[in-house]
Amino acid sequence: MDKQRRKFLKIAGATALAGIGAPAFIRLSSSNALAAVHGAAEGHGAEAAHGASVETAPQGVRLGMVIDMRKIVEQPALLDNAITACNNAHNIPQFDNRKSEIKWIWKAPFANVFPTESSYHLAKDIKETDFAVLCNHCDEPPCVRACPTQATFKLKKNGIVAMDYHRCIGCRFCMAACPYGARSFNWEDPRPYIKKYNKDFASRMRGVVEKCNFCSERLALGQEPACVEACQGTGAIVFGDLNDAQSEIRQLLDKEFAIQRNASLGTKPSVFYIV
Amino acid sequence: MIEKTLKGKPAYWIWLAFLGMFIAVGIGCYARQYLFGLGMTGMSRDVSWGLYISQFTFLVGVAAGGVMLVLPYYVHNYKVFGRITILGEFLAIAAIVMCLLFIMADLGQPLRALNVVLHPTPSSMLFYDMIVLNGYLFLNILCGWVILTAERKGVHPPKWIYFFVYLSIPFAVSIHTVTAMLYCGLPGRHFWLSAIIAPRFLASAFAAGPALIIIACLVLKRVANFDAGKEAMNKLVTIIMYAALLNTFFVLLEVFVGFYSNIPGHKHSIEYLFFGLEHHGHVYNNLVPFMWTSVVLNFGALGLFAWPYARKKNEFLLGLSCVMIFFALWIDKGLGFVFAGFVPNPLDEITEYIPTANELGITLGIWAVGFLVVTLLYKIAVGAHHEMEH
Repeated sequence: MDKQRRKFLKIAGATALAGIGAPAFIRLSSSNALAAVHGAAEGHGAEAAHGASVETAPQGVRLGMVIDMRKIVEQPALLDNAITACNNAHNIPQFDNRKSEIKWIWKAPFANVFPTESSYHLAKDIKETDFAVLCNHCDEPPCVRACPTQATFKLKKNGIVAMDYHRCIGCRFCMAACPYGARSFNWEDPRPYIKKYNKDFASRMRGVVEKCNFCSERLALGQEPACVEACQGTGAIVFGDLNDAQSEIRQLLDKEFAIQRNASLGTKPSVFYIV
Repeated sequence: MIEKTLKGKPAYWIWLAFLGMFIAVGIGCYARQYLFGLGMTGMSRDVSWGLYISQFTFLVGVAAGGVMLVLPYYVHNYKVFGRITILGEFLAIAAIVMCLLFIMADLGQPLRALNVVLHPTPSSMLFYDMIVLNGYLFLNILCGWVILTAERKGVHPPKWIYFFVYLSIPFAVSIHTVTAMLYCGLPGRHFWLSAIIAPRFLASAFAAGPALIIIACLVLKRVANFDAGKEAMNKLVTIIMYAALLNTFFVLLEVFVGFYSNIPGHKHSIEYLFFGLEHHGHVYNNLVPFMWTSVVLNFGALGLFAWPYARKKNEFLLGLSCVMIFFALWIDKGLGFVFAGFVPNPLDEITEYIPTANELGITLGIWAVGFLVVTLLYKIAVGAHHEMEH
């Protein structure tokens, strides 16, 4: 009797373990196949996590941005317009303490944006004009590598580093991993601090990380990113496909010398600055 | 065996009540944090990990330290550790329980914690940390329980358990290696981006864990009539000394690389820790007193260990040096290592981190849970041991 009971317990235990382990196993072993089915739609599978190299694929789209500081030196107000446009479009809360700040695109001096470049005897205009700082939408994003739930991932269709606010567990590993300080965390409920609510874009809840999304939601409607639109006609911010030789952004980059933030880390940033 | 936790002297119950008080405060503080968000802590956009993750990092080391008893006893058949190996395994259980609680306390969305299992991501080091931590917890519960049960019955433990005992050794190394990899694989964080982090973590772990076990043995000798034996204690002191010396050596190597190479990014965090970092006319030096305390305690303890009288003849001095080395390593890894990695931030700005009272309440509460678990487990181990003798 006792022996039988022991045998039963053994089988029951093994079955329970298998039951617990099976979903993880199936997930791991079939994620490639899954990605092929709905990966094209949202790029949510394992391939996005591996950072499949869009750069080398001839038909791939890699969205990027050029910030032409020569234009912003002439008209520094452009940057403020761009930031306001972004804040309004994305329901960015305005906290008055630095600790809880949420920032998607913001201003900082050259020395802070490019701490690995020399600021010694810097040109006066560059020293006195703030630069725009935002997520670099890296082609090799360290944040995507670090995220334990694929709540942040690279969109296969256009290279945007996106977030799933409903999956994020708020471990903030991505914030430690990002070498550009582009990520913000909702330390408390952001909703009371949103000045003007935009119904077309979801606000976030507390406990999740967020950052610039290159206006994926506006691109889907055929619109330009909010910051680009705010600088329309000036050429201060140019947005487009880095892999398309005919695009405006590529023609600009082919002509002008541009720099990326801390490119030595191998992250392949998609945001360029013409200084 | 669990019934052994239900009988004890008044001092035992007072101790449990004392811990229970801290746990109750911790639960209250956590309820506040849960309802408001992590804004209840001192963490910020720039210093996005604080006390919770730093305690987690330190305690992974304490858990891994248990292997310093398991390895000599089971692999090298070092019989002297026979009576205390179970203490190492049970300490590891308590430490891992604290680690898991600290991680849960740190999550912005704790109810989504299972997403790590539901969406397994092999590129993330946290995925592996989840596997090895839970694996190590399971192995220690299994091995500790099976072997203690067998000993209590006066029979040899079943043969199959040794497979799990040997498996627990690489697991102990892996928990701290993977925890180091959480940090040392991140681009742009110079202080962490060093291949010596994992060995440094292991060295400090192999000092901090056994130091805590010596302290526990000295306490058990007084309150529970449990004597670990002189030879076992001496051997543990030797292990602590070598491990602490290695850790000191590794830290000094980091200092050399930073200052001799003269690369600003490599120096900043070390300067911030030991001298304060001057930035736009303001000196940021929150951690300086802590770090120098750590240095003094570290070398003071090494000096005491080196003195045969203190090490072998005077239990007070032995206990004191163990407390000193434990605190030195706690400051080094449980405070400085994590906080300094965020200074300066990627935009060369400095934000200092000061934990809030609520955060301290939760932290103390989780430590109290750990002490409670270790008390109950040691009560069982020592109770079973006394039963064997009579």
